Amino acid sequence: MTTLDQPALGEPGGYAPEPDLGTPPVASQADATVTIDGRQVTVPAGTSVMRAAAVAGIDVPKLCATDSLKAFGSCRMCLVEVDGARGTPASCTTPCADGMVVSTQTEQVQRLRRNVMELYLSDHPADCQGCARGSCEMQAMAVTVGAVEARYGNGRDHLAESSYDASNPYFDYDPAACIVCSRCVRACGEVQGTFALTVEGRGFDSRITPGGTDFLSSECVSCGACVQACPTSALQEKSLIELGMPTRVVDTTCAYCGVGCSFRAEVQGTGEDTQVVRMMPAKTGGANEGHSCVKGRFAYGYTNHPDRQLHPMVRDSIDDEWRVVSWEEAVAKAADGFSAIQRDHGVGAIGGISSSRCTNEEVYVVQKMVRAAFGNNNVDTCARVCHSPTGYGLNQTFGTSAGTQDFKSVEQADVVLLIGANPTDAHPVFASRLKRRLRQGAQIVVADPRRIDLVHGPHVEAAAHLPVLPGSNVAFVNAMAHTVVTEGLHDEAFLRERCENVDSYLAFIARPENSPEATEEVTGIPAEQLRAAARLYAEAPNAAIYYGLGVTEHSQGSTMVMGMANLAMITGNIGREGVGVNPLRGQNNVQGSCDMGSFPHELPGYRHISRPEVRAIYEDLWGRTLDPEPGLRIPNMFDSALAGTFRGLYVQGEDIAQSDPNTQHVEAALRSMDLVVVQDLFLNETARFAHVFLPGTSFLEKDGTFTNAERRINRVRPALPPRQGKDEWQITCDIAAAMGFPMPYAGAHEIMDEIAATTPTFAGVSFARLDAEGSMQWPVTDAAPHGTPTMHVGEFVRGKGNLVETVYVPTTERTNRRFPLVLTTGRILSQYNVGAQTRRTANQTWHPEDILEIHPADAHVRGISTGDLVELSSRVGSTTLRAEVSERMPAGVVYTTFHHPVTGANVVTTENSDWATNCPEYKVTAVEVGVANARGLTDAEAAARDEREPAGRS
Amino acid sequence: MGNDIARQLAHLDEEEAVTRIVAHLDRFWDPRMRRTLQALAAAGDDTLDPRLAAAARRL
Repeated sequence: MTTLDQPALGEPGGYAPEPDLGTPPVASQADATVTIDGRQVTVPAGTSVMRAAAVAGIDVPKLCATDSLKAFGSCRMCLVEVDGARGTPASCTTPCADGMVVSTQTEQVQRLRRNVMELYLSDHPADCQGCARGSCEMQAMAVTVGAVEARYGNGRDHLAESSYDASNPYFDYDPAACIVCSRCVRACGEVQGTFALTVEGRGFDSRITPGGTDFLSSECVSCGACVQACPTSALQEKSLIELGMPTRVVDTTCAYCGVGCSFRAEVQGTGEDTQVVRMMPAKTGGANEGHSCVKGRFAYGYTNHPDRQLHPMVRDSIDDEWRVVSWEEAVAKAADGFSAIQRDHGVGAIGGISSSRCTNEEVYVVQKMVRAAFGNNNVDTCARVCHSPTGYGLNQTFGTSAGTQDFKSVEQADVVLLIGANPTDAHPVFASRLKRRLRQGAQIVVADPRRIDLVHGPHVEAAAHLPVLPGSNVAFVNAMAHTVVTEGLHDEAFLRERCENVDSYLAFIARPENSPEATEEVTGIPAEQLRAAARLYAEAPNAAIYYGLGVTEHSQGSTMVMGMANLAMITGNIGREGVGVNPLRGQNNVQGSCDMGSFPHELPGYRHISRPEVRAIYEDLWGRTLDPEPGLRIPNMFDSALAGTFRGLYVQGEDIAQSDPNTQHVEAALRSMDLVVVQDLFLNETARFAHVFLPGTSFLEKDGTFTNAERRINRVRPALPPRQGKDEWQITCDIAAAMGFPMPYAGAHEIMDEIAATTPTFAGVSFARLDAEGSMQWPVTDAAPHGTPTMHVGEFVRGKGNLVETVYVPTTERTNRRFPLVLTTGRILSQYNVGAQTRRTANQTWHPEDILEIHPADAHVRGISTGDLVELSSRVGSTTLRAEVSERMPAGVVYTTFHHPVTGANVVTTENSDWATNCPEYKVTAVEVGVANARGLTDAEAAARDEREPAGRS
Repeated sequence: MGNDIARQLAHLDEEEAVTRIVAHLDRFWDPRMRRTLQALAAAGDDTLDPRLAAAARRL
């Protein structure tokens, strides 16, 4: 008897698609035991006969069913007979009842299936390329059901005459091969939540259409769920059409956003000749459960882009040409240079920046090199410029620097309060999960200056959109908490049992200056609207907060994070599924890079460097004395560089010259240094100021782990060896060794073993355990050997939850007559951060340049129309880009992305930063916008391109 | 930067604010930044928030 209701892993070493059990799993307390073709199987009650059969090892033929979609019952291939029941029901739509006896291969159902299959074949091309290739199930299914005759003749290949749609850069649509099973339509709705596809026409004229246009012009977001769902080759990856079927599979993790989707890299060939055929999201992936977005599934072409640098290079001055050298020479130049700087200017004159795109293991060795080989704590990471306030704020209030839930938790949420985040663009796979929950009836309140897609969209209608003015978040969250407390909606019992500073906080928040009425002018939110939102949040059985960089990237970012934690605590929305305070982290391993001790004041596991007992763990292991004082943060490194006390920097996979605020200041700092070592895939903006370039590896070449926004540690496995000949962790270790501190590891697994041995929250983590479990969410300890999906259950990590008085202190960045608008920045779906990866893929099709969104009234008074080139200027600089007049924006606020170096959005952002963590205030810059001189842009563009495109290897 | 910390803690009474500023600087600032701040406070830099200056003297 089989009770296992989980798909098994594919055969190692060969290609096999992930098992498809036909219909989704059913959650039920009760079991049902059924007998199928003489085999007894126990499944949760309500499971379909088709799925139960698959669990028992019996494949019922199917075409319209797949286990990512609700049963549809249209293809009539999965008919079965049930003892005592009339007719031949479809097994996909028939639930198991205890004691049921099912036959899947009676003569009657075999005859029916053959006939149905013949009808399908009469309308399917006899020369179907997909069938020949093996990517179309039709011929194989015909063989399975014994449909060898074609009694209905070769059919019309219906709609063969209609146009083949190759408009999407990643997949083709061939209506001739389509059997109109609607799997694609349902995937677009149920899985992705975009509803871009529909069936048009009746009978033979039925066809799938993306809304009466081609795919590229349609609402399609190119997530690929339809391609994945298609049982024929009607929707097919271009890469598969070109290369043919994969021959092996490597299970790995996406290298884009903080959702951290699990993928099967389906590849051909071995070793250096390996080619990726397609990236298939893994149904067993805890973060994504079989879904993906346009970036993760399709935008991997950058790993093979001609701009990719594969050889170490050096130069004496940043005005010189690069010279290709051996690894030994490049490493020696870096190590000797760093040592010389320390000799002349002191131990603290150098430092390193680790990357949130690199693995935990690669990041860990960077901080180890800085602390042990450099002998200081001048290590920081790009989380400084995104979620450092999350680390500070959640640590102060809850006792740990991470989100409280897993992504799946949102399926239990009744009200979602989304603040300063745009998940459909920046965290698309989480957005799909969220939208599914909203379609089930949960409500969402969107607090964001822009009218993002989750305010109003297909089957999504926010309960409220609160366009909080940039810079007023703390006033907003205080007004929410004020409403909750003064209207008596707070959870007194939770506060008394689980929290501290309760009375002082309640007295503080009840003050009149925190009321929605008092803050209305600052936040821009009418008091009654805010009160209604607060009541909705407080009165929900389960209310969850999700937030993004619209919270953190402010001068009061840390205060706002604590304000949200307060709101969750006073309503008791912490410590169970469906609730919590959840940062949507920007980069694939930004959580991990913080966990690994990349901050200058913390050793791995968020333990302060001043703690002697923690330093002793590392001092004993490494044989070096560690500096007990915190080191420089990234902005402090720039300031110290300009002051002459910081002169050498190692930058791993991070483009500070493009991503950090006030570009002129950053460039001046980089220019002033004696030695800048850049380790990256490409000669990025920062490399313009580098003296040593060390080529890095793409995620397809890495062996290690990423940790996503839900603290999930996922394995990253190499599909091919490092194209430049060296693992990235090894490069770092080589520099450390050349500076007299060997860091020998036989492989990345040994680095994780060291992390686990020295970091209590990672105690139970190893590559072997991750390989066995799939993934684990830290803490992984003796008490939680399989990890911890939900944190702070019963007790906060710090003991009592700490209610912090979050006084609203306005930013010093103010609008005035000269700079009357506020600029805020963000991301778009098809591009990713500074664009180093996505700009080198066909994702450019959707977003070839950064656009300035501006409200119609603001545009009108300035004579700006959509498509105009406009000059955007702030107190620190100006840039030129194209405008889009958009009612998504509130009056007085403009918005752009920062994906393209030619735009240089950060030329205009200021050095204002979060008071506690120095996280830059990207979200609030006072600006003016005016129509630009078109000729000026052309010149500037040309100059920028000349200067910034990677130089050819000499 | 230091003034931003002082502004955030302006609602506290002076003693508590200064204590918290000192703790924050100890915990998150590199020693050379603290020394710079101390030098500015010692020189009577009037751009420093008075509580920050008091904290600097106590470092």
